[in-house]
Amino acid sequence: MTAFDRKLPSPDRPLFQVQGLSKYYGSRIGCADVSFDLYPGEVLGIVGESGSGKSTLLSCLAGHMAPDTGRVIFDTAEGPRDTVTMGEAERRRLARTDWAYVHQNPRDGLRMGVSAGGNVGERLMAVGARHYGNIRDKANDWLGRVEIAADRIDDRPRAFSGGMQQRLQIARNLVTGPRLVFMDEPTGGLDVSVQARLLDLLRGLVREMGLSAIIVTHDLAVVRLLADRLMVMKGGHVVEQGLTDQVLDDPQHAYTQLLVSSVLQV
Amino acid sequence: MIEIRNLSKSFTLHNQGSAVIPVMAGAALTVASGECVGLIGNSGAGKSTLMRMVWGNYLAASGSIRVGEVDVASAEPRQIIRLRRDTLGYVSQFLRVVPRVPTLDVVAEPLLNLGVQADQARNRAAALLSRLNIPERLWSLSPTTFSGGEQQRVNIARGFAHAYPALLLDEPTASLDAANREVVLTLIEEAKARGAAILGIFHDEVARDRVCDRVVDVRAYTPKAA
Repeated sequence: MTAFDRKLPSPDRPLFQVQGLSKYYGSRIGCADVSFDLYPGEVLGIVGESGSGKSTLLSCLAGHMAPDTGRVIFDTAEGPRDTVTMGEAERRRLARTDWAYVHQNPRDGLRMGVSAGGNVGERLMAVGARHYGNIRDKANDWLGRVEIAADRIDDRPRAFSGGMQQRLQIARNLVTGPRLVFMDEPTGGLDVSVQARLLDLLRGLVREMGLSAIIVTHDLAVVRLLADRLMVMKGGHVVEQGLTDQVLDDPQHAYTQLLVSSVLQV
Repeated sequence: MIEIRNLSKSFTLHNQGSAVIPVMAGAALTVASGECVGLIGNSGAGKSTLMRMVWGNYLAASGSIRVGEVDVASAEPRQIIRLRRDTLGYVSQFLRVVPRVPTLDVVAEPLLNLGVQADQARNRAAALLSRLNIPERLWSLSPTTFSGGEQQRVNIARGFAHAYPALLLDEPTASLDAANREVVLTLIEEAKARGAAILGIFHDEVARDRVCDRVVDVRAYTPKAA
């Protein structure tokens, strides 16, 4: 199976189901009893302050960390499977094909010593592409889609600005046509004008590719523009979830009300 | 098309002594296809609150809000997302967009979300922007730097890009000059003619009298001694 000839998911069946997921660090709570369903094409935002457990949760969802309890079910080509109990090799294959992970710091998601084209091509080769010309064409196409000029294909990412590095990381992740993208503060550390461009790019890609995405951020403005649904975390617990504009405009939980009212108006 | 029954709403302010503020009780109204209903009542009476509950960004405390086949008061987020894409449009008073996105794309976006081809969507967007007298030289710029009246017209163009069967209009003619006001009222009349059910707030009484078939005074639903 390659990433390119899969059947389309049914929009009425969840792509990703999380049930009772908990992770403890000794006696401290990382995240506790998190459950949600994500449907094809949906973007879920997870917000909360530092230490709220949102990064722990994302790591558990993406298989970077093993949860203590709970199930993380993904609708694979062979049907729904619990990714917590599946073998390491199978989970790694999933991470290369149907899943993608965009790190906050592009250095964690890129090979800094490899050219921009190589960074994108490498993902393709990992799923079995071998024809050099095809790989280079596809890499070129993706660099164009994330607005990196064709004459930079042989440059290494360390010669790129932070915004370009982040766009390159997105190209590297999306070139294999994943169905679910995990993003950890994708616009963090970028200045606001670069952020805006990246938000527009992500929105377009989500729409064109029918992607589902889970985005962890502390930036409420980012989730308002990018996420369909929102989950608010505090102390490892989900305190509120719902439609993004409902949670932001009519927050029900005390913590969410505090969070929303603390944002500076520009 | 829109049917509201026994709708109530209160706000609980957890960080201000957990004050509970009831803002609406027993609200009921219907809007048929091809009909425009205006909400009236003084400022603070709950016109916008009612509108936002229909849109789904305010949670209803009790009651039902049927828009087509969906009860917004009890629907799952993804049902509301689908409703907003296909069936229910909303022209709010403020434009909220990703910065640096060209005006033409802002207006075309609802059509792109429906899967309309990009050039077709942009043609429709261009036609609406022309009608609303937004100069073509501005189409490639982000509307975030536009004047209030221009932003309002971009918002209207975006709201009318897709022929939604149900439309919510919050002060669509505020801050518009006479010529543009006329264009907007004509757009509303055309939407009614094609069968759209419209719920609107119009402070402009002449505009209200012209497009609204009925008005509903929301003061009837304001809880007593609030």
